[in-house]
Amino acid sequence: MKIHIKNGHVIDPKNNINGKHDVFIAAGKILSIGQLPNSFIANHTIDASNLTVCPGLVDLSARLREPGEEYKARLASELHAAVAGGVTSLACPPDTDPVLDEPGLVEMLKHRAKQQGLAHVYPLGAMTRQLQGIALAEMNELFTAGCVGFSQANQAITDTQVLWRAMEYAATFGFTLFLHAEEPFLAANGVAHDGEVATRLGLKGIPSAAEALALASILRIAKETGAKVHISRLSTAEGVEMIRAAKAQGINISCDVSANQLHLTEHDIAYFDANCHLKPPLRTQRDQDALTAGLKDGTIDAICSDHTPVDDDAKTAPFAEAEIGATGLELLLPLTIKWAQQQNLSLAEALRFITCSPANILGIPAGNLSAESDADICIFDANEYWKIEASQLKSQGKNTPFNGLELPGKNKYTLVRGQIAYPAAH
Amino acid sequence: MQNPQLDSDGNLRHLLSIEGLPKRILNQILDTAESFVGVAEREVKKVPLLRGKTVCNLFFENSTRTRTTFEIAAKRLSADVISLNVNTSSQSKGETILDTVDNLIAMHADMFVIRHAQSGAAHLIAKHVPPHIHVINAGDGRHSHPTQGLLDVFTIRKFKPEMHNLRVAIIGDVLHSRVARSEIHALTTLGVPEVRVIAPKTLLPSQVEKLGVHVYHDMREGLKNVDVVMMLRLQNERMNGALLPSAQEYFKTYGLTQEKLALAKPDAIVMHPGPMNRGVEIDSSVADGKQSVILPQVTYGIAIRMAVMAILAGGQPAQQAPASEGDQ
Repeated sequence: MKIHIKNGHVIDPKNNINGKHDVFIAAGKILSIGQLPNSFIANHTIDASNLTVCPGLVDLSARLREPGEEYKARLASELHAAVAGGVTSLACPPDTDPVLDEPGLVEMLKHRAKQQGLAHVYPLGAMTRQLQGIALAEMNELFTAGCVGFSQANQAITDTQVLWRAMEYAATFGFTLFLHAEEPFLAANGVAHDGEVATRLGLKGIPSAAEALALASILRIAKETGAKVHISRLSTAEGVEMIRAAKAQGINISCDVSANQLHLTEHDIAYFDANCHLKPPLRTQRDQDALTAGLKDGTIDAICSDHTPVDDDAKTAPFAEAEIGATGLELLLPLTIKWAQQQNLSLAEALRFITCSPANILGIPAGNLSAESDADICIFDANEYWKIEASQLKSQGKNTPFNGLELPGKNKYTLVRGQIAYPAAH
Repeated sequence: MQNPQLDSDGNLRHLLSIEGLPKRILNQILDTAESFVGVAEREVKKVPLLRGKTVCNLFFENSTRTRTTFEIAAKRLSADVISLNVNTSSQSKGETILDTVDNLIAMHADMFVIRHAQSGAAHLIAKHVPPHIHVINAGDGRHSHPTQGLLDVFTIRKFKPEMHNLRVAIIGDVLHSRVARSEIHALTTLGVPEVRVIAPKTLLPSQVEKLGVHVYHDMREGLKNVDVVMMLRLQNERMNGALLPSAQEYFKTYGLTQEKLALAKPDAIVMHPGPMNRGVEIDSSVADGKQSVILPQVTYGIAIRMAVMAILAGGQPAQQAPASEGDQ
């Protein structure tokens, strides 16, 4: 199939393309941009007038809930949600049931995801068996099975000896570790940022120091072992400062922030809105400003959706008992665009955080429109505002703190390997 | 965002927390309670305001005292009362709290009195019930216990009517206390100019000063010149661990004794929400002493709960308690 995307405004941050060009696709690959290839006759033409054409988005953290938690979400529902949101590649954390600590499970997941023919799924394997933080998982076997990195999901490692060994072992083979920085004893039973709102609402707090303490251990051990570490979902001003200093020292580190953290603070919990029960917890305005500054100066490398679909029953409980998470795949693009507008950043600057930069962290060939690369493309209207209606989302999880909000940036077409994955053909 | 406690006309729809209620509503409840204090002293202790209504006490966390006072209050208003202790074992059978509530709504309950170990439980139920059903929070986690806060300010108003000229000290485990939070909001809303909290740092929540209180760690310093001394209960499980080394040490530093009470104003009153740990947070001689108003608190608690139920059920302020049924 040959596709001609015409009259669109192409933004490819990786290749510094930002202008009105036509895109030509053949056999699932990008053939060229701008220049009509010789003897190219399109089977299908997409009119992208007034639309932006960019690389398919890359999400560093999206839970698909398979295997084992199909009542929360299914591979099919979530991969449909991904392409509806313009996401064509995503990394999924290993906290499934069973945990992704066996090559067979990873192969099965990759296989089942591929059958869907929608977004590409890049599993993060468990760093330790059962995520227990005791014994290392078979990283090489898992890598061969398709894992692109290793993670503890939301489980912290309390034993610094194990953390040290895990980093040494990962560094031996050049694997990236994706770690969430939260010191588990200080954070124990906490459900909200330890501050004004938690105090008023009588919720057990998670102090900012929990992130700083965990980060201090991780950074120190990363420096010692030379391991490649990615910090998932940074949440505090102090954390940003520590990463900034670590990068200045030459420590091999990258990090991301969840789109939720860029728009919400502890105050959004309001009257115990369980959709704001997130991990890390929503923090203060000062933290949010620091996260934004961190993105602007390159301290923070990427924005992720932290997509975590939860079934309604699990959210219909008192705040502390409500399950953690918010659905996010379909909101990553609009939340990033809205953030960029608020910060007076250009679309090209903002798209970098959800295309080439996360692809680079995962080490996958995605997030750009280079010739001969897979034709994974997102075509959206940057100026169209749409109202988030949870019930209309493709994700099986309808849990979003943004329900009812009008956001800019409506995805129109998603192409995966040169096939139109969204909207679905009828 | 709509205040979940008020209807579109600004009348009380649910009582979930003191925070968010205007002074006008607090005064309405206190004034209505005033008229109910006398009902208990009549020969027939019953008024027909809630006749034909069903009040359901739904206690997910055990409390004999609070449940009993709500029961008495509802019965004095002539309501039919059901009390359910939904212990954790039936919860673990898989029924959610909203399932439980739905079943009771199907049995035509008109009002729910909810106690739950988790902050926000009463809000969750209030959001769920249809418009004609009212929810009263009888304590949710560490968040709020509004009728306790109200009965405390009612008691203070009785003994110290000049609210705008008072110094009040709240002493003890503020961190885990829904009572303290409710008292602080009630006092500051009613214009008490100085509210102090006195506790070790381990028993104070972060940024507690943002609630509008002055923080003291030294009890002797904090008690100076106060008009009202409000003690908080210290739970047994918090006495020996990372929060406090021992009950004995706590009593020495933060227990209320005659000697420490002497630092407050000579006519200061002593309050406690009960149940008391004698010899831990309060010395028996103080608890039973002449400055103690702990038992009047209990009596007024019934009037306050009657007032809240009457206002919720009637939608109108009951300025004067109606005649008892026997008087008619």
